[in-house]
Amino acid sequence: MASEDVKLLGGWPSPYVMRPRIALNIKSVNYEFLEEKFGSKSDLLLKSNPVYKKIPVLIHGEKPICESLIIVEYVDEVWNSGHTILPSDPYDRAVARFWATYIDDKWFPGIRAISRADGEEAKKKAVEEVIAGLVLLEDAFIKCSKGKSFFGGDKIGYLDIALGCFLGWLRVTEKLGNFALLDESKTPNLFKWAEKFSSDDAVKDIMPQTDKLMEFAKVLMAKSKAS
Amino acid sequence: MPTNEELLLLDLWVSPFSTRVKIALAEKGLSYKTQEEDVLGGKSDLLLKSNPLYAKVPVLLHNGKPVVESTNIVYYIDETWPSPQLLPACSYGKSTARFWADFIDKKVFDAGRNIWQSKGEELEAAKNEFIDILKKLEGAMGDKDYFGGDKFGFVDVILIGLTTWFYAYEKYGGFKIEKECPKFAAWVNRCKERDSVAKNYIDPERTHEFVGLLRKMHGVE
Repeated sequence: MASEDVKLLGGWPSPYVMRPRIALNIKSVNYEFLEEKFGSKSDLLLKSNPVYKKIPVLIHGEKPICESLIIVEYVDEVWNSGHTILPSDPYDRAVARFWATYIDDKWFPGIRAISRADGEEAKKKAVEEVIAGLVLLEDAFIKCSKGKSFFGGDKIGYLDIALGCFLGWLRVTEKLGNFALLDESKTPNLFKWAEKFSSDDAVKDIMPQTDKLMEFAKVLMAKSKAS
Repeated sequence: MPTNEELLLLDLWVSPFSTRVKIALAEKGLSYKTQEEDVLGGKSDLLLKSNPLYAKVPVLLHNGKPVVESTNIVYYIDETWPSPQLLPACSYGKSTARFWADFIDKKVFDAGRNIWQSKGEELEAAKNEFIDILKKLEGAMGDKDYFGGDKFGFVDVILIGLTTWFYAYEKYGGFKIEKECPKFAAWVNRCKERDSVAKNYIDPERTHEFVGLLRKMHGVE
């Protein structure tokens, strides 16, 4: 069973949804993108992901696969077209998975913490933590890329997808706060990488525009202040 | 295993995450050395060098190269020594196994910690949440003997090590898993009959004592 009947439940602003979309693009898989209405969950979503009730969910011939990075691994295994997304060497895979977990468990929550920080001191501290995380990721990039353009080498790989999906929200945070997080002097490799990643064929059409995302962020913030 | 392969596990005897890795190594018939880390006292230079970000055990050093985070280590072991395979053969089966391994890692240990760290109403809520998680896992297993189906597999390895701490949770939470989740209890007993598990399963009484120490350190009693 190849490209027939592939659906992705998601939403355009979600960085987690971007991940499987990039993977599907790399593999040139045709899929139906079913956008969830913001603020409500469809019956299909609730049925397909009863444990977390969250997007993204890939539905491949009626079978649901949940959790963004698990979907990316699934797409990589099922479709042979395009290039391989996970590194082929088990040790490199372990390194990639380690950093992906770090990004999800520690680094991205740090970005959210910036917008939630109360007062100048707290904000400054939150910003410093995110930048410190990027410095770690810069070092990881140097080790993983081995001089090439991406974490994955010549082509976008698992760790590129894991981190790159957050660039939209990173840029919004920078614009809203009027400070730089991705700094050319502190993390020159990541700075260059961010441009290359965003303009890659598999990414450019689905990377949300910063202005559109900023509008969305403002709506979100207004809603959370109201509740 | 070829004689030029060297495996060293940076370990803590009571760590359920170390137990998880030891079971995986045993399933593959791999021999390895261990170095006990005194995580409460002082961490070795090797640990700090191998896991600079978290300084936590377990760490598996394969010919000197460190792999950290226990689930990651189990994936690495399964991929490097593919026979017998722990993950299912088909891609959908693999993604289901990965999903439940991830669920276990997100939920089980933290829910357990909420039990031994709390009292009164909070404790009651923590206990109910823990039982709810076990019931979800029972649902995932369905009618099969193991999470892997008919065979002991990846998710079984990921989960069984964590159950060494469940006796402590039962004692502090005032409940019995056998009563609340009999299917789950039956699965634990089934797994404990396996060599790889039996040889590495930490005595629950000793774990209970250790958790008692942790409670004192955290000022719970």
